[in-house]
Amino acid sequence: MEEIIAKLQTVFRDVLDNDEIILSASSSAEDIEEWDSLSHIQLIVAVEKAFKIRFNSKEILSWKNVGEMTQSIQNHLS
Amino acid sequence: MTTKELSFSELKKLAKISSPEMPLLKVALLGDSATQFLATALKGAAVQSGWCLDLWEADFNQVERQILDGDSELYHFDPEYVIVFQSTHKLLQKYNTMDGDKRANLAQNRLDFVREIVQRIPTRVIYFNYPEMDDSVWGSYANKRNDSFLYQTRALNFGLMQMAAESPNLWIYDLSQLQAKWGRNMLFQASVYVNSDMLLSLEAIPRVAGGVIDIIAAQKAKFKKCLILDLDNTLWGGIIGDDGLENIQIGALGIGKAFTEFQYWIKKLQQRGIILAVCSKNNEETAKAPFEQHPDMVLRLSDIAVFVANWQNKADNIRQIQAILNIGFDSMVFLDDNPVERAVVRQELPEICVPELPEDPAEYLEYLYGLNLFEVASYDNADADRTRQYQTEALRVQTQHAFTNEADFLASLAMYSKVEALNGFNLPRIAQLSQRSNQFNLRTQRYTEQDLISLQRDSDTRIISFTLTDKFGDNGLVAVVVLKAQGKQAFIENWFMSCRVLKRGMEQFCLNVLVQEALDWGREALIGEFLPTPKNALVKDHYAQLGFVAEGSLWKLDLKTYSPAHVFITRR
Repeated sequence: MEEIIAKLQTVFRDVLDNDEIILSASSSAEDIEEWDSLSHIQLIVAVEKAFKIRFNSKEILSWKNVGEMTQSIQNHLS
Repeated sequence: MTTKELSFSELKKLAKISSPEMPLLKVALLGDSATQFLATALKGAAVQSGWCLDLWEADFNQVERQILDGDSELYHFDPEYVIVFQSTHKLLQKYNTMDGDKRANLAQNRLDFVREIVQRIPTRVIYFNYPEMDDSVWGSYANKRNDSFLYQTRALNFGLMQMAAESPNLWIYDLSQLQAKWGRNMLFQASVYVNSDMLLSLEAIPRVAGGVIDIIAAQKAKFKKCLILDLDNTLWGGIIGDDGLENIQIGALGIGKAFTEFQYWIKKLQQRGIILAVCSKNNEETAKAPFEQHPDMVLRLSDIAVFVANWQNKADNIRQIQAILNIGFDSMVFLDDNPVERAVVRQELPEICVPELPEDPAEYLEYLYGLNLFEVASYDNADADRTRQYQTEALRVQTQHAFTNEADFLASLAMYSKVEALNGFNLPRIAQLSQRSNQFNLRTQRYTEQDLISLQRDSDTRIISFTLTDKFGDNGLVAVVVLKAQGKQAFIENWFMSCRVLKRGMEQFCLNVLVQEALDWGREALIGEFLPTPKNALVKDHYAQLGFVAEGSLWKLDLKTYSPAHVFITRR
């Protein structure tokens, strides 16, 4: 879980172009200024690439925070 | 790296450094799907080409309303380019809801709408064509049914090409071709589409944005004119100096097929007007042998405008080629299989485009197809003749060395010029010259064919064109002046000339003609203006040298006191 969040943090920093982003399971779009509906799509694509997975379309808008996103990633990886 | 090889994130960062101090380009973007990412990428790609995009993006799915309502925000924004992206997906949705007996009209209905766009938009339209998508309802039988979606999509794309061929202001962005090259799995991501209504994947967007900006750049005279080629392992397999004439791989030998097909591509570019030059580390005689003697060579010496083979630094040799051709480094492409040579040239001449050729020669063509380096905005028959023109130029230079006196040399050329107003025959060439000339261009006004036709209708405007022929050959139409009446004066709205005919007294000849035309037109003075660009320093003293007198930022020539300059060109 923590490993995934650490990797996600790198992806978020890169896509949102902000090296100060620190992610935890409870981080949500409200906490991170650059994370809006548009950059969300960019994040999805970058996360898919980083973890070599494909989310299905239901998942993409379902997460409330990074923890739930991490859970999805874990499901795809296992 | 070309724009198309950048990632979306990199383009997004470029878009942020876009500043209003760069030349501004006013563009409208209309789409029937979410286009925000495309808009960002277009801004980034524009920065890469040196422009700041002033982009107006229509609200979601407003294509028809913005176009059909003459009072819409689109017309108030008054853009230089209108980009319209209507998608295959939305077309399919439309098709799905149509009555069965109407489906065979799908393509025609959409074509009627595109015609409407072209008629209503006074400036240039860049319209995306439709990547094919088979709804697999009919299977292969779709090819036999004119009401199948596949049949209609193909008819639509073909109809768009026909319309573009007839409409000078309609330009097609070939999204269908992009899909043919990279596949729909690269272009389209279903999960992203369902969640965001975005039809282009983040991977595809940089290529699309780069392709659209290429179309605009070509119209603004930013395009490639010359291809410089290495020889060993670039044009043929093996090393001519070591392997010998019989053993280089071309034609049937070894992987020669790859090089044969590569040479056919280069030959087609040459026939289209791209100037070819050779830059090779070889003895000249050895390097020329395959061109002269090898039966399987596609390219021959007569296809090469400048041939440089020696053991010096390639960057220096390319500088020499540039000096002979007299075109900008940014209009040149250099192909070499050797990464070290590429790095040297890139380092010393950063403006030259140096593609990272793949290691395997079999991949050269597919890689270069994907870069689409040779975008062009106009074409006329003189293009095909360009190689010969540069070769005769080299001959002229040799002859000139035989004369010690310049006047004797000019007299020996037996030069003639045909002076004509704009007409149906010279229209394409005049438009093209206006788009191509960067150095000898006093005010750098660019004209499309449509612009010129409108100008011609204006009774206060005169468009005068000049050809130049000499004993070595016909240079074709080489100079154009656009005059605008301003009371008793004639303002030179633009004066542009091909650099091929510099130092021949052409400027003085043109002026003699201009003075006569202006007098016949009842004017008393000519007014000139020089608007500097990064490329036209060549003509900054043009008017002073011709005897104009400075008046503020303008230049004035009093026609009554002008006595014609002595020239060696005869009017025909």
